[in-house]
Amino acid sequence: MTATGGRDPHGPGPGDDGSARPSAAGFPALLEDDLEDLYENAPCGNLSTLLDGTIAKINGTLLAWLGYRREELVGRRRFSDLLTGGGRIYHETHFAPMLAMRGEIGGVALDLRTKDGVRMPVLVTSVVKAGSEGQPQLIRTAIFDAAMRRSYERELLSARKAAEREDERLRQLVSKLQRSLLPAVLQTPPGLDSAAYYRAASTDEVGGDFYDLFPLEDGRWGFFLGDVSGKGVEAAAVTALARYTLRAATVYNPDPAAALQNLNTVLWQEYRQDARYCTVVSGILTPTPAVNAFTAVIASGGHPEPLLLRGDGSVHYHPTKGRIVGAFPNSRYTNTTVVANPGDTLLLYSDGLTEARPPSSETADGRYGTAALARFAHSLAPTNATTAVAAVTELLRTFGAGLSDDTAILAISAPPA
Amino acid sequence: MRVWDRNNVMLAGREDGPTVVLAHGFGCDQHMWRHVVSEIGQWAQVVLFDHVGSGKADPAAWDADRYASLDGYADDVLSICRDLDLQQPIFVGHSVSSSIGVLAANREPDRFSALVLVTPSPCYIDDGDYRGGFTREDIDDLLESLDSNYLGWSSSMAPLIMGNPERPELGDELTASFCRTDPAMAQVFARTTFLSDNRADLAAVSVPTLVLQCAQDAIAPPEVGAFVHAQIAGSQLVTLDATGHCPQLSAPEATAAAITSFVRAAYR
Repeated sequence: MTATGGRDPHGPGPGDDGSARPSAAGFPALLEDDLEDLYENAPCGNLSTLLDGTIAKINGTLLAWLGYRREELVGRRRFSDLLTGGGRIYHETHFAPMLAMRGEIGGVALDLRTKDGVRMPVLVTSVVKAGSEGQPQLIRTAIFDAAMRRSYERELLSARKAAEREDERLRQLVSKLQRSLLPAVLQTPPGLDSAAYYRAASTDEVGGDFYDLFPLEDGRWGFFLGDVSGKGVEAAAVTALARYTLRAATVYNPDPAAALQNLNTVLWQEYRQDARYCTVVSGILTPTPAVNAFTAVIASGGHPEPLLLRGDGSVHYHPTKGRIVGAFPNSRYTNTTVVANPGDTLLLYSDGLTEARPPSSETADGRYGTAALARFAHSLAPTNATTAVAAVTELLRTFGAGLSDDTAILAISAPPA
Repeated sequence: MRVWDRNNVMLAGREDGPTVVLAHGFGCDQHMWRHVVSEIGQWAQVVLFDHVGSGKADPAAWDADRYASLDGYADDVLSICRDLDLQQPIFVGHSVSSSIGVLAANREPDRFSALVLVTPSPCYIDDGDYRGGFTREDIDDLLESLDSNYLGWSSSMAPLIMGNPERPELGDELTASFCRTDPAMAQVFARTTFLSDNRADLAAVSVPTLVLQCAQDAIAPPEVGAFVHAQIAGSQLVTLDATGHCPQLSAPEATAAAITSFVRAAYR
């Protein structure tokens, strides 16, 4: 009830001002001329309380809802006495402090307890009425029957909870599937150091990057790191196919170029309609522990070039050639050899790293880029696999939202002399 | 220093006075104390903080298991005292923070010089002859109240983020953010608060203690204050002529005065 609403109902009415046309201010009063009745029988409960909550005035609508007589409540009970136990706590711990702080609070869901003990869901809005000098005097409260709305809200709430449960289930499923596409524990060739990191771009979609490092029967080791186009369930199927094809091909014939050719044939046969392909670096590693070193024969199918961080602090990309795997029917791949001396680290990564858009990029297109990665590697070298992967992981963290794609990193290093 | 951010620690008052830690209860945050800070700050160094899960405490520090027990909150209080190197502070705990203060003081009694328990309740649920004032059903009912106001809370966060240009008088961030909590965290804190039973911990309190209660309190009735007073040997009981569960809001002058005179007497 505002100050203008307090107009005397017996004062001047429409037409009294001598105007032929009813004025906008006067006309409705013709129909609604009994403000006392408007208060008493309003379609909502009206309640005024002292600042300590003692009921000072209450309308007929609210009395009828509650089943009390006026004299049972006015001057005798507090607003919080009308609430259920839980509502009383909510009132004391949230409602009253917020009302004291802001002078008003609206749309709060509470339950009234009627005289017969029946629970009545309501929505409550309160304002503090201030005196002429601004000091709080009374609390005016309007109460709306919310039985229908609350059952609707409860349905919304349970739908939301169900959605949250489903979402959680999906995340679990995705993370299980994701884990199944990566080695559970990264094995390390004897005498060397190895480390890997995988970061999925999203928690509700399986990423398309994969890697592995595994022993062969003759003391050599196979390894690969790749990136399947797309993501989600379809990409996951290709990832699984690529990973197991490469691994089986490498075990059957430890020749990286031959393994990629195999994979190319399989992907082309299986997925050429869907344009599914991948980029991958595959290799065979021979440890030479007597001299703290290893050699690696490497083939690449359209993948970013591996990075070598030398024990003397220098850094260079290892040049590779080869077409994207699965994109053309008869791709041929070639092997090259990397000799890692004591203190050297071989770093494989997917383009999630170089294609990221970090906040402080220096390239024209905003990407991180291979030049920046080489500079970063230079600041690390000489290093080892564990330290290098930890440093790149931290680098990725600083990219924040600029990291939009899945990113995989695999490093193998020879111990210093 | 991690606790500064974790618990959004704020300092007020005079550096050369005794240290008073003000701990808020379930529902709101450190701003509950705003009407008594200047008064107590006249003679004390006031330390304010938000419990993890409330106010502007670091959401990343939230751990539903850790904060499912009042011990988790008591650990935080002790680590605040330790990391800020507070010298023998007077711990003032409102509502559930009374129990948190009792747990902290029992664990490291030498760390505190006194406890002030504002509208304390060691157990909210009726149990035999003990009248906590509530039933288990009431607490379930409260959890539902929190849930029912979940939808409203989410949407009313919008004005906070957007600012509130049409209503500059309400636009400051304090009024908008006051009492806002993540509903999932509020659920855990509510459960921990209202289902804990710390009656057995009261007898072990060995620091000087003031029990400050209201004549009319819908959450912690006078019998509960009398129970706490009776269980803590040598404690003082002061009943304020005030209504509600939050005398620091409804009767700030009387609340500050009661704390001040208790501390004056203790430090004389």
